[in-house]
Amino acid sequence: MKCSDAKILRNEKITSDIYRIELETSLSPLVKPGQFVQVQIPGFYLRRPISVCETNDNTMVLIYKTVGAGTEAMHAMRPGERINLFGPLGRGFPIEEKDVVLIGGGIGIPPLVETAKAYRKNGRHVTAVLGFNTKEQIFLRERLTELECYVVVATMDGTEGVHGTVLDAIQSKNISTSFVEACGPMSMLKAVSSVCQGYISLESRMACGIGACMGCVMKDKDGESLRVCKDGPVFEIGRMAL
Amino acid sequence: MDLHVELPGLHLKNPIIPASGCFGFGREFAELYDLSLLGGIAIKSATPQERFGNPTPRIADTPMGMLNAIGLQNHGVDYIIENELPFLAQFDTEILANVAGSSEEDYVEVIQKLNDQPVVKAYELNISCPNVKLGGIGLGTNPELASHVTRICKAAAKKPVYVKLTPNVTDIVSIAKAVETAGADGLVLINTLLGMKIDLKTRKPVLANTTGGLSGPAIHPIAIRIVYQCAKAVNIPIIGVGGVQNAEDAVEFLNAGASAVEVGAQNFVDPYICKEIIEELPKILQKYGYRTLNEAIGRSL
Repeated sequence: MKCSDAKILRNEKITSDIYRIELETSLSPLVKPGQFVQVQIPGFYLRRPISVCETNDNTMVLIYKTVGAGTEAMHAMRPGERINLFGPLGRGFPIEEKDVVLIGGGIGIPPLVETAKAYRKNGRHVTAVLGFNTKEQIFLRERLTELECYVVVATMDGTEGVHGTVLDAIQSKNISTSFVEACGPMSMLKAVSSVCQGYISLESRMACGIGACMGCVMKDKDGESLRVCKDGPVFEIGRMAL
Repeated sequence: MDLHVELPGLHLKNPIIPASGCFGFGREFAELYDLSLLGGIAIKSATPQERFGNPTPRIADTPMGMLNAIGLQNHGVDYIIENELPFLAQFDTEILANVAGSSEEDYVEVIQKLNDQPVVKAYELNISCPNVKLGGIGLGTNPELASHVTRICKAAAKKPVYVKLTPNVTDIVSIAKAVETAGADGLVLINTLLGMKIDLKTRKPVLANTTGGLSGPAIHPIAIRIVYQCAKAVNIPIIGVGGVQNAEDAVEFLNAGASAVEVGAQNFVDPYICKEIIEELPKILQKYGYRTLNEAIGRSL
């Protein structure tokens, strides 16, 4: 991990409130699937933890949702400007020697891209089950298809793909639940954890990002507190008290 | 340039100390730079028993600062002695042990256990945490109680005792004086300011604890004012803390009357900040006409 200024190459809207920023950064070769970076948005105090979507040589793609003033300011930044990154941080998704089902909900989908790349590189079969509220919010479907993943989409309002949740999609397409890696809203992760084996990536408000401040802790099943930033964000299904 | 500072129990090679709660027990930062560069380390609060702390969210970003409501999460003093102090012993830096509790007996118990630990050079009594219901700030907002707990801790301590005070009071000078009279070897000024943030979408507080402690550059002028006022009123050394972002801010604390400077929230923003300030400090002192660090201390008083 290190601190480094990244140069913005592109910063574009991909759905109504989701943006894709492409950066030139020396951090790229260090990133493992499912790790995150702490982004210093000019004019804001604490860094924002954002999962790495994918890396290529010296570039990195982050996909972020505008949830507050900080991320609003981030999407106003233009190509050529610089933004400081600290990372890569956290324990990402393990890349095991088997086929995998990646499950993503909304803004939880981006870290699955680099994960999919790692599995595909090993010649493994990757199924990606992506959940959205509605058709207009769909993103990253094409990218995961390009990576030769079998992509299944579910929308809550039924405007595209399977009508319902990612679990409804898994059931209706008869997808295996024996080894999944998932990231998304807590309600989705709870549901996934009740029927699947594998790993989930959690989210928490954090300050330091390296395990020192104890700001982001969650309890495991034994009541031990674990740091989402350092012990996670990826945990084995069944380990944490969700 | 000579950056060395002598304080009760603390032989600091430079005046820069990461603040308690912002640096854990150094492990994470040791992956980034050599902790022996630091003047000292104020380690995370120790309580007699393990504490989980407050529910999450515990962190909120604010203009030029942040709120935290961690709630003194730690594994308890025995775990710290067994697992954290041996790790810290390998570094050539002075360890200031932050001591917290829910009652006077808690403070005494932690101190008695740490008395035999040679790696701990001095105590920092946390009677100023705004995020715990008992002890913490309750002891620090009243001159009589602050004085009483200081006296009891001094009687138990085999090492110098610094008392970390809260700014959430009407007259901090009277508390500083009371603590000095009770035998404190030094003061650490200041802990966080009680604050709150509301999420307009949910109409609820962002922090699960409702309120939290404000730190970061937003509180720096308040900390400078308090160090200045207390330095004029007491004759024990002061360690300044609050919103330090760079070597200039550290020199400002020295000018206001502090002999050393703790760096808190900025460690989260720039994890290399303490190292950078130590490297920058000689240049900045020279820029303002000082030949040694000691010349800068108390120059505005």
